[in-house]
Amino acid sequence: MAEGTPLFKVTIDNITIEVPAGTTILNAARQIGGEVTPPAMCYYSKLQGSGGKCRTCLVEVSKGSEKDPRPMPKLVASCRTTVMDGMEVKNITSPKVIDARAGIVEFLLLNHPLDCPICDQAGECHLQDLSYEHGKEGTRYEFQKRTFHKVDLGDKIQLHMTRCILCYRCVFVANQLTDNREHGILDRGDHSQIATFIQKNLHSDFIGNVIDVCPVGALTDKTFRFKNRVWFTKPVDAHRDCPTCSGQVQLWMRGDEVFRVTARKDQWGEVKDTTDGKPGWICNTCRFDKKHINDWVIEGPSKINRHSVIAQGHYEGLKKPDETMPKVMHGRNPKLLMDIHNVSEVNKTDIELSLIDGPATSKTFNHSEKNNA
Amino acid sequence: MGVKLLLEKAHVEGIRSYEVYRREGGYRSVEKALKTMSTDAIVEEVKKSGLRGRGGAGFPAGMKWSFIAKPEGVPRHLVCNADESEPGTFKDRYLMENIPHLLIEGLIVSSYALGSHDTYIYIRGEYAWIVDILENAIGEAKANGWLGKNILGTGFDCEIHVQRGAGAYICGEETALIESLEGKRGNPRLKPPFPAIKGLWERPTVVNNVETLASVVPIINLGGEEYAKIGVGRSTGTKLISACGNINKPGVYEIDMTISVEEFIYSDEYCGGIANGKRLKACIPGGSSVPILPANLLLKTAKGETRYMNYESLSDGGFATGSMLGSGGFIVLDEDQCVVKNTYTLARFYRHESCGQCSPCREGTGWMEKLLLRLENGQGKISDIDLLWDIQSKIEGNTICPLGDAAAWPVAAAIRHFRDEFEWHVTHAEEAQKRNFGLAHYADARQLVSA
Ligand SMILES: Cc1cc2nc3c(=O)[nH]c(=O)nc-3n(C[C@H](O)[C@H](O)[C@H](O)COP(=O)(O)O)c2cc1C
Ligand code: SF4
Ligand code: SF4
Ligand code: FES
Repeated sequence: MAEGTPLFKVTIDNITIEVPAGTTILNAARQIGGEVTPPAMCYYSKLQGSGGKCRTCLVEVSKGSEKDPRPMPKLVASCRTTVMDGMEVKNITSPKVIDARAGIVEFLLLNHPLDCPICDQAGECHLQDLSYEHGKEGTRYEFQKRTFHKVDLGDKIQLHMTRCILCYRCVFVANQLTDNREHGILDRGDHSQIATFIQKNLHSDFIGNVIDVCPVGALTDKTFRFKNRVWFTKPVDAHRDCPTCSGQVQLWMRGDEVFRVTARKDQWGEVKDTTDGKPGWICNTCRFDKKHINDWVIEGPSKINRHSVIAQGHYEGLKKPDETMPKVMHGRNPKLLMDIHNVSEVNKTDIELSLIDGPATSKTFNHSEKNNA
Repeated sequence: MGVKLLLEKAHVEGIRSYEVYRREGGYRSVEKALKTMSTDAIVEEVKKSGLRGRGGAGFPAGMKWSFIAKPEGVPRHLVCNADESEPGTFKDRYLMENIPHLLIEGLIVSSYALGSHDTYIYIRGEYAWIVDILENAIGEAKANGWLGKNILGTGFDCEIHVQRGAGAYICGEETALIESLEGKRGNPRLKPPFPAIKGLWERPTVVNNVETLASVVPIINLGGEEYAKIGVGRSTGTKLISACGNINKPGVYEIDMTISVEEFIYSDEYCGGIANGKRLKACIPGGSSVPILPANLLLKTAKGETRYMNYESLSDGGFATGSMLGSGGFIVLDEDQCVVKNTYTLARFYRHESCGQCSPCREGTGWMEKLLLRLENGQGKISDIDLLWDIQSKIEGNTICPLGDAAAWPVAAAIRHFRDEFEWHVTHAEEAQKRNFGLAHYADARQLVSA
């Protein structure tokens, strides 16, 4: 906070706090935390100019300010609306907001393929969380969804445009972290897409960060593609002496194997600041090429929100669940437990689940095994 | 005959040329304004005139001008919005094509009042030939000392630049227009900041419609007070209406906003009645975005009073029983027109033109189009009608720019007033493919007397 910035009092869902003038409603709500914080799918505090687009963070301003107490006529995007002194905001206490937000979730899912079972983002996808927390079950959309082909943006990044929610974060990353943006939004409306115009590879040393900012599985790390589910891997903070970036990363490990390297994230899913206070973007070398445990100095397990599915595979303060097998089997233990990988290729990397017609059966996999052999 | 302030001279032989325009009294307002008035005095005259923006929203022009920020050392800009892409609206085209110097004259006075040394005309790309007309007029004005350096020896410098759009309706929205002018993708900006504070290249900017800026000429010539005497209430001056659809005389008319809707449609001076002896079914009075009205609510308000062609009267009754004057795109539908099909066509337009930035508009417009096509083709369900209603209500008010609202309103109004026609498309699916629903109870009561 700059010296002398006045403090404004703002009340969000009946909780009052003081924040420096110029703070947005969303960031004020983040200081309160919990359910009072509106979900944000396009705003990213480290990316200038982001926000305002997805409309998931809409809130009701029931009192404009102490000076001008009139309510705002429309719901406003909390990520781009700054607080006024004495402002009163309703988020989860406003039926209008709850209703509008459910509508937004429905809109965002309208053309989304819902292919979570084969999506690498599953488990850390903000759209999954959003639909779970704010959506309704079922859809009223009865038409064909719009589809796009998968595109390789070079050998490290893959674009699944079908999953994209057009939050523009990756465009801001390219604008703000690289010297030359090589991708953008082509076309308009529901036919707009992330594209490189004439298909080409993305080059910059920092372009890998688009993967970290992408709230969904539209931009994924090809070096991690289908290698594992995120909740089976354990996040570990680590660093290395990197000439290009801070080298402060998160490793996603299983045993001694490093499956994936990402930037460290804060509780809002955004990259954390490094120890010297700069946004912790990481370079492509750290992200894609340093996949050996010897490349890194391990600091220790990352702190993960207990409610996240990732915490499920985490060892910090772990409480082992009760053995359920004997319970459901009336006290007996099974004679034989089979590992699914022994009989099926379901989790093997060389099968494109998305290319299989209809529900996959064991036949599909046996068949493909023969073909592969 | 009503008063004509803009198109009075539009049909004088050769009026496109500087000589004839000047001979007919053109550029008097520049002389008067630059030589005898202070910039504040001009803004004051425009305020007094009560002129409201002619681009659609009807925001008072003088008030908009007085909001422009004047930070030390930062250039300001005036931008003329000639993007005119709203279905049904073609008045600016008529004005620019026939009497281009009127716009240039208005631009010079307005630029002077606002302190804009570089003024832009952002023109819809499809109006390619008008670009030549305007550039020619600008060239002539410059050659005669009305533009360029030290205009009329007053020390005021001004250049007008014409920039063509590339075929996007959304670039008519003022902040998308500014982005496009800057050479970027035409996405509307989030407001605030408003253009008056940070517009073109982050400089204070005023964006006005072609007709608004042309109207500054008669305001300066007559004086704001005299101008305000024309018209009625807060609908001062004259308004250009582009009338189209099933009427005998489609075209652009200048009206003084005191005439009734009935007179406008049926009198020979204006639309000349419904074509082919048909009856009036409905009308979209202000361009495709404004609510459609059935004949019985169009000619008379819900209170049974005569409806007039002005801002207040057309919006009487709110959206429940009224509409808007909007940009003056007057679309008339006769008894043979299908409201479902018409709504579908509009929905298709908005889906195609959404910039795609915000999720309700991007996804909602496409969904509404699909549902409307299904209904139109007799494959819809009754529940689709409620679903449409729900979708439009989730778009309206929740988007970045008013295009979302503009897409939602026509659907809402069509269902509000013509629900039985939508239902008929479901219950009589086969028949609906062969014939139209017709007039039903929207019958134009007037027909009984005049037939
Ligand atoms: C989607 C959209 C399209 C628009 N298109 C135009 C247009 O083609 N011409 C125009 O003058 N105003 C258009 N407007 C209105 C402008 O944003 C702006 O309000 C207007 O140019 C201001 O001029 P005025 O105050 O003189 O009416 C449009 C608005 C929206 C939301
Ligand atoms: S690819 Fe991802 S980051 Fe880029 S716009 Fe789409 S959802 Fe956002
Ligand atoms: S309302 Fe539609 S056109 Fe306007 S910014 Fe949003 S997506 Fe773009
Ligand atoms: S987070 Fe505010 S609109 Fe997307």
